[in-house]
Amino acid sequence: MEFAELIKTPRVDGVVLRRPFQPTVEGTLCLTGHHLILSSRQDNTEELWLLHANIDCIEKRFVGTLGTIIVKCKDLRVIQLDIPGMEECLNIASSIEALSTLDSVSLMYPFFYRPMFEVIEDGWNSFLPEDSFKDLESMTDEWRLSDVNQDYCVCASYPPLVAVPKDVDDDTLRKAAAFRHAGRFPVLSYYHKKNGMVMMRSGQPLTGTNGRRCKEDEKLINATLRAGKRGYIIDTRTIAVAQQAKARGGGFESEANYPQWRRIHKAIERSSVLQESLIKLVEACNDQSHNMDRWLSKLEASNWQTHVKEILTTACLAAQCIDREGASVLVHGTEGTDSTLQVTSLAQIILDPTCRTIRGFQALVEREWLQAGHPFQQRCVQSAYGNGSSVKVRCEAPVFLLFLDCVWQILRQFPCSFQFSEHFLVLLFEHAYASQFGTFLGNSAAERAKLKLSQKTVSLWSWVNRPQEAQRLSNPLYEANSLVIWPSVAPQSLLLWEGVFLRWNRSSRCLDEAYEEMVHIIEYNKELQNKVNSLRRQLAELETDDPLQHTE
Amino acid sequence: VLHMQVQLLDRYTAKKPAIGTLYLTATHLIFVETSCNTRKETWIIHHHIATVEKLPLTGTGYPLNISCKNFHVVHFVIPSERYCQDVYHSLLRLSQPGNYLFAFLYNPKQDEDDRRNGWGFIDSAMDFKRMGLPNEFWELTDLNKNYELCSTYHSELGIPKTARKDTVLGSAKFRSRGRLPTLSYYHKESNGAICRCSQPLSGISARCLEDEEMLQAISRANPNSTFMYVVDTRPKLNAMANRAAGKGYENADNYSNIRFQFVGIENIHVMRNSLQKLLEVCAMKSPTMSDYLTGLENSGWLRHIKAVMDAGVFLAKAVADEKASVLVHCSDGWDRTAQVCSLASILLDNFYRTIKGLMVLIEKEWISMGHKFTQRCGHVDGDPKEVSPVFTQFLECVWNLMEQYPCGFEYNEKYLLEIHNHVYSCQFGNFIGNCQREREEMRLKEKTFSVWPFLWENRQQYINPLYKCSLGREVLRPSTLPLNFKFWCGMYNHFDKGMQPKQSILDHLLTIIQKRVEGEKKMTDFQRKLAVMDGVLADECTLKSRPPEQTLMPPVSVAHTSKNMQIKEETIIQLAPTAGSKQI
Repeated sequence: MEFAELIKTPRVDGVVLRRPFQPTVEGTLCLTGHHLILSSRQDNTEELWLLHANIDCIEKRFVGTLGTIIVKCKDLRVIQLDIPGMEECLNIASSIEALSTLDSVSLMYPFFYRPMFEVIEDGWNSFLPEDSFKDLESMTDEWRLSDVNQDYCVCASYPPLVAVPKDVDDDTLRKAAAFRHAGRFPVLSYYHKKNGMVMMRSGQPLTGTNGRRCKEDEKLINATLRAGKRGYIIDTRTIAVAQQAKARGGGFESEANYPQWRRIHKAIERSSVLQESLIKLVEACNDQSHNMDRWLSKLEASNWQTHVKEILTTACLAAQCIDREGASVLVHGTEGTDSTLQVTSLAQIILDPTCRTIRGFQALVEREWLQAGHPFQQRCVQSAYGNGSSVKVRCEAPVFLLFLDCVWQILRQFPCSFQFSEHFLVLLFEHAYASQFGTFLGNSAAERAKLKLSQKTVSLWSWVNRPQEAQRLSNPLYEANSLVIWPSVAPQSLLLWEGVFLRWNRSSRCLDEAYEEMVHIIEYNKELQNKVNSLRRQLAELETDDPLQHTE
Repeated sequence: VLHMQVQLLDRYTAKKPAIGTLYLTATHLIFVETSCNTRKETWIIHHHIATVEKLPLTGTGYPLNISCKNFHVVHFVIPSERYCQDVYHSLLRLSQPGNYLFAFLYNPKQDEDDRRNGWGFIDSAMDFKRMGLPNEFWELTDLNKNYELCSTYHSELGIPKTARKDTVLGSAKFRSRGRLPTLSYYHKESNGAICRCSQPLSGISARCLEDEEMLQAISRANPNSTFMYVVDTRPKLNAMANRAAGKGYENADNYSNIRFQFVGIENIHVMRNSLQKLLEVCAMKSPTMSDYLTGLENSGWLRHIKAVMDAGVFLAKAVADEKASVLVHCSDGWDRTAQVCSLASILLDNFYRTIKGLMVLIEKEWISMGHKFTQRCGHVDGDPKEVSPVFTQFLECVWNLMEQYPCGFEYNEKYLLEIHNHVYSCQFGNFIGNCQREREEMRLKEKTFSVWPFLWENRQQYINPLYKCSLGREVLRPSTLPLNFKFWCGMYNHFDKGMQPKQSILDHLLTIIQKRVEGEKKMTDFQRKLAVMDGVLADECTLKSRPPEQTLMPPVSVAHTSKNMQIKEETIIQLAPTAGSKQI
């Protein structure tokens, strides 16, 4: 297919671009295969350079022959294009619609994008499971790396290599996989160096209504317990939801068959509910006609903050079991690809200072989201405006965004404990939904391998880890903190993530200015202290050189 | 001998309580935790105590719940009923001390001259000079020098030059409690003025030519506008109800060229109840997000804050953008009017965004214009219906502005909180009394200390490191969309440290600023020493020419205020001491 077929009108002059809090721009609108570009052709600067993939939906309006297209983006921005001429407007609209909903992944921009920067370190090789296993090996010899899933046959959504207890053989794994949702048998998620406790994750057990059991599954998870120790199973669903799952062949671990485990149910909502929340929240944030009561009531009704609180609470629970109770933990929900990953990854942010560094956080996203089989492609196909689209099966959900929101909450409470700033989280949100990089394409390691992403596209990490970019994303307040950080989950402590949800609804001038001022203060002080130290050294040298002067 | 082990419970969780000893002094309740190695003390000034509540016996003893006006809430459990009873009654007595306020006891071992000079530190009359007054339009009058014209105003009033004496006197008679229209803020750039007064005694149809002339005089004092705004900060319904009582609002037909406007801020009773509901939300034990947000909405608190802010923004825009003058009133003109005028002043004038400027503003718009601090704060046992968090709301509006303009203010959140503390602490004389005349009668300037020099001395703590004075005289135009108003956790949950961010950016930056000062000093020292060694500078010469120490601010100790002070009567009444006294 040629993109040219989809572009009925590649260029329109006299288009007016309107954006909140920015001056109106008149210029030429151009459509390319992957971008919508608007340029006033002054000083050769593009005023707008928008990936079609970033477009969530568009609305058309006509007043006489003047058409207006409202473009709603996945990063939540809303822009307006006034296009003279009804035909031009209709053509542009239908082209945008077609180009922003391409069926085939291989037509997406990452396959066409050529980096304008020199790739120093190929991000595709930055976070290999083998490497992270080496770290594990340096701490313990109780685990091994199994290639039972080498051809993705045991579990389609797992990577080829997973860490499992040393004493459990591949055959046991295969049998356990048959007993777990979508073959997602319990694997290692995190090893807590401090006390040797672990966090594992999996899909739900397929107990069904008649209480099926699987000796291999029991053996597998019991192999992670120290002698005489009990562990915790954190089921991210309420007991009622978990009960209902039995009717569809799923279920949960019964006390009888897992006597060494204590099960705790939490109430993280299913992904479809999360999507509803996002739609409602963004609608509430964008409607500027609300009075205070209406705003608060809509904020409440969206339930977004409730999800944030619930997810963080569950993550704290998991971390608490490991760090405070000294117990190992198994986390799962239904599929083990959404709420499970939110919990396991956030628990690591709380427990492991490495995850709070720029590289460590990338490794975490790579390990606990990309390799762990979070279906990014499906979840991020639409964002908050994608209501009533042509997608047949609704599977979009802001699972990853909620995770980032929770990280932001912890970052806000511990502003000096993260090596990265909020910008990094916003960047990951943007790139998960639309990107020139291939990192978030596909739904699993298997799909990514099939798409040959590592050969055909550039990794986001290649870009992020360049020194100038890492510098831009770093947190000037950072002071390495090796402690476990316990966030408060009281409602008063959890705020709306303004950096994402109010980003386009207010002027950021004052906040940006404050941020720059903060950076300036910190940088200036660093320079000053360096100068003081070098002067001190000079002085000390002189004083030892010349004892005669040393008479003060 | 009884072994008293008083427990201090965590307000929200069933964490292990702190065990310690409770002391009552003449001015403070002090809890000394003896269960930990580091001696941890909780100090509560008696004046801060709003309510003391005895609850039925529990397994561990007799619970005593104390809620403070600075939103500190403590739950004690006292093992013996008799002691609980004693503490309870003592606290009731000490927190409502009749006329014997802390300020009259407080004596920080200062020179009497320093004390007296301290009262001159902030002179609100100077602010008129700063605004460029008197000028061709405005003058200061001493018509109220004996508080004859208006007993609740201060003695020097700004009025338009063209207003004749009988106009002023007549207008005062036509205004509730004689609170005639007087200048609050003059905006040099536009000639627009903000004036304030109380409601007119217009009833259903009464009019007063002098009052009409007075407003015209105000209008005339601004050559840049052909009209002036009259802003009634009350909801229209309330204002109409007042007409039946012979009060009410201006009939625009009788006044030439006025634009009349209601802005709908609720009265002190609504605000008091709203705060009560807000505090109930804050006190909920493990609420869901839904409970919290619904509670926040139902309290109406943020709606009220927004209403005050909206009104302030309206005034600032009228003055700055339309170059119009504005006359503001509510009923008596000492609550909502004070909020709105002072907020507009902050928006219009960056001086009030400085540490000293806020002192001037509070002195000028609140203290000297007769905001009834004694009644609104419930300093002494009085009518509970007169208590209302009007001033707290003003501070909250300022905090909201600081959130929107992180570089726009010289002061930080701690400054607002400390001012709030002292409004209620009665440790200083400034916020005692309901008006200037009362304060003079109490001879506060002779018997008490002023808070402003004290705050100024500690200003290093209150600095906003991000402040950029380069913003200059820019008028602030905050967004008042509901989503810009946040719950002020730092105020209402200030003492629940678990809810605050565990690391504070502000503290971090303040430390850096401190280090910077020290670093700069060291650098100059080293450079000078190097120069001496190089023979560029002669040794003695440098020592002589060294700048005096005071040019560099010495590090200010961040000690708790309560520890800095000495109490005249050092008698410590130990109520539950025995075991504790051994432990200490």
